[in-house]
Amino acid sequence: MKQHILPALKLTFVSIVVFVGIYTLLIWGIAQAGPNKGQGETVSVNNKVVGYKLVGQNFTADNYFNSRPSAVGYNAAGSGGSNKGPSNPDYLKQVQDRVDSFFVHNPGIKKEDIPAELVTASGSGLDPDLSVKGALVQVARIAKVRNIPLEKINNLVAQQTQKPLMGLFGTEKINILQLNIELDKLK
Amino acid sequence: MNTEIFGVFAMFIITVLLAIPLGRYIGKVYNGDKTWLDPIINPLDKFFYKIGGIKPEKEMTWQQNLVALLIINLVWFLFSMLVMMNMSWLPLNPDGNPSMTADLAFNTTISFVSNTNLQHYSGENGVSYLGQLLLMFFQFVSAGTGMAACAVVFKAMKEKNADKLGNFYSYFVKSCTRILLPLSIVIAIVLIFNGTPMNFQGKDQFISLQGDTVNVSRGPAAAMVAIKQIGTNGGGYFGVNSAHPFENPNYFTNMVENVCIILIPIAMIFALGYMLKRKRFAWMVFGVMTIGFLLLVIPSIYQEMKGSNAIHKMGLLQNLGSMEGKEVRFGPAASAYWGITTTVTSNGSVNAMHDSFTPLTGMFAMLGMMINSFYGGVGVGFLNFYIFIIIAVFISGLMVGRTPEFLGKKIEAKEMKIAAIIALLHPFLILVGTAIASHLYAGNPKEYADWLNNPGNHGFSEMLYEFTSSSANNGSGFEGLGYGNGSSVGDNTPFWNIACGIVMILGRFLPIIGPLAIAGILAKKKYVPESAGTLKTDTSTFAIMIFAVIFIIAALSFFPALALGPIAEYFGMR
Repeated sequence: MKQHILPALKLTFVSIVVFVGIYTLLIWGIAQAGPNKGQGETVSVNNKVVGYKLVGQNFTADNYFNSRPSAVGYNAAGSGGSNKGPSNPDYLKQVQDRVDSFFVHNPGIKKEDIPAELVTASGSGLDPDLSVKGALVQVARIAKVRNIPLEKINNLVAQQTQKPLMGLFGTEKINILQLNIELDKLK
Repeated sequence: MNTEIFGVFAMFIITVLLAIPLGRYIGKVYNGDKTWLDPIINPLDKFFYKIGGIKPEKEMTWQQNLVALLIINLVWFLFSMLVMMNMSWLPLNPDGNPSMTADLAFNTTISFVSNTNLQHYSGENGVSYLGQLLLMFFQFVSAGTGMAACAVVFKAMKEKNADKLGNFYSYFVKSCTRILLPLSIVIAIVLIFNGTPMNFQGKDQFISLQGDTVNVSRGPAAAMVAIKQIGTNGGGYFGVNSAHPFENPNYFTNMVENVCIILIPIAMIFALGYMLKRKRFAWMVFGVMTIGFLLLVIPSIYQEMKGSNAIHKMGLLQNLGSMEGKEVRFGPAASAYWGITTTVTSNGSVNAMHDSFTPLTGMFAMLGMMINSFYGGVGVGFLNFYIFIIIAVFISGLMVGRTPEFLGKKIEAKEMKIAAIIALLHPFLILVGTAIASHLYAGNPKEYADWLNNPGNHGFSEMLYEFTSSSANNGSGFEGLGYGNGSSVGDNTPFWNIACGIVMILGRFLPIIGPLAIAGILAKKKYVPESAGTLKTDTSTFAIMIFAVIFIIAALSFFPALALGPIAEYFGMR
């Protein structure tokens, strides 16, 4: 037993040097060549940082594409999902309330056209994306509020849609921050 | 929709295609054969041996190897307690995060030393950068420990008649430097160039397009995310793990991270085939595990893509599927695939919230952990499977009236006793733990109202999941646990910290000690050459036998508990 204590201590020491010290510094060094030196890529409008490329943000106003509900209110100091179970009655009522509020802001939309992801919270609470259906269902409202032809906004959505990886794997999605920045540029 | 299916299909195929050569490489490493990384890693290993005062060529018995393993883990435990309880004033803490309380430090320490990575804290505000880096250290060494234990068992299976079974320290160092480190570096680089942060500045602040002031957590994430995926650790840098857009920026990184979850666990099987020169046997093991895995993953993907029944009744469009707790960039198929890969292995990282899965997917995730050997954790997954092999050999031997033999060694009462105890330990820890928690809650629902975030059967599932995850050293959770009644404490309460801590430590070390003991005892026995009367262990008949043993012991013993949780919820929602 005794002959194992000293090697254990020494091995722990050298493992810390290599796996905490050298490994971390190596990866940090490589990150200096990465996007924004590994500090997270930002998005700017008129030279002012308005967000992080990867982190979703809250859009609630009628003149923007609204983001998905978030359990943490898009506060990126933390992160979190709702962790509501599918059968929880309180949760189902909450979803129903979101649907009702959606009708108020988007008159004339049929219930079966509202995609579930628009009224259910994301996993991280910071989902940066909308689904294509989730964007299209909001077009009529935005066209009306902004007084821009419907077709132009539909084109914008189509143009901002990111295809699945290599056209083969995964989902289609739209980065909501980029979409709304481009929307502001439309006349 | 089809692209989602293609995505998960591609992930599985890529994993297997990579695991075959990686397995051969791992086999070479443990055999001490030459590999192409030798010129770089040999000096590094020598550095480890020199400073550590270790003679790697000095072989030890299984008992000595075991003592070495336990003592170094004890050192890590004490060291981690010290840092976790003092990190508020230690360096690398730009956000001023607090030290941990004793019970939380106990839980976190055991969690990371045991390769579980159950997290009763949130990365953004519960640990300093120093704390994160220390936890990352445990992600390397706990994975290395599991792989080294597995290597000792491989060596024991290989030897015809031996007392000495290699050197734990050497297997440990080699696992870390030759397998985990190179893979982690590659993955970390992929992550960095896809946008995962790797910096030491504190939180950033900006004003959003809509005019809100938002703080953003960052930090040295890329390095940690890489090893937590490859070492079946699963302890995320950020609170929501790989659902966080920094931790898992896009579908490509999702594929890379998900491949990593089951890469080494599958490769270990092929490493065994290479070391024993029994490729057929390795393919038999792989076949059993894969069939079990597919039986869990296919219905899960189907359920999530079909969507939630309750949302369907509301009349909403579910063209993607069930999206509560999921990210648009992954979609339900990739989320369900991740959910099952992370639970059949002991990884436990998540890219969607398991608490919000539809009931049956939640059940399949739990079943993956209850069985805990369809691929399993790095190294320890095979150790669990080894127990089932021993039991299957014994039972089939009795059935056909032959002496049970495995790889030319007779299996007798002593080995069987150990195997039976280890096989029953897992249901015991899970069911007793859940029973105690349920008893407390049912006895005083007001006092423990914070415990459950969801009522009814789903609430029961939250407790069952937590103990299952702890005992399987998985680390994922139905994370609503502890957030009931608007509470913000979460599962960071003395009861859950201590109960899960105890379950994790027993669920880690006993299933390492048992197989090591069996393999050590068998290695010493006289080798009986194979004859016409030997039970063949690399046939499909034997594969069915193992599958039956796993199904009866692991799956059926949990059936009553599952009936109270997810199954009842499923039928309640129809």
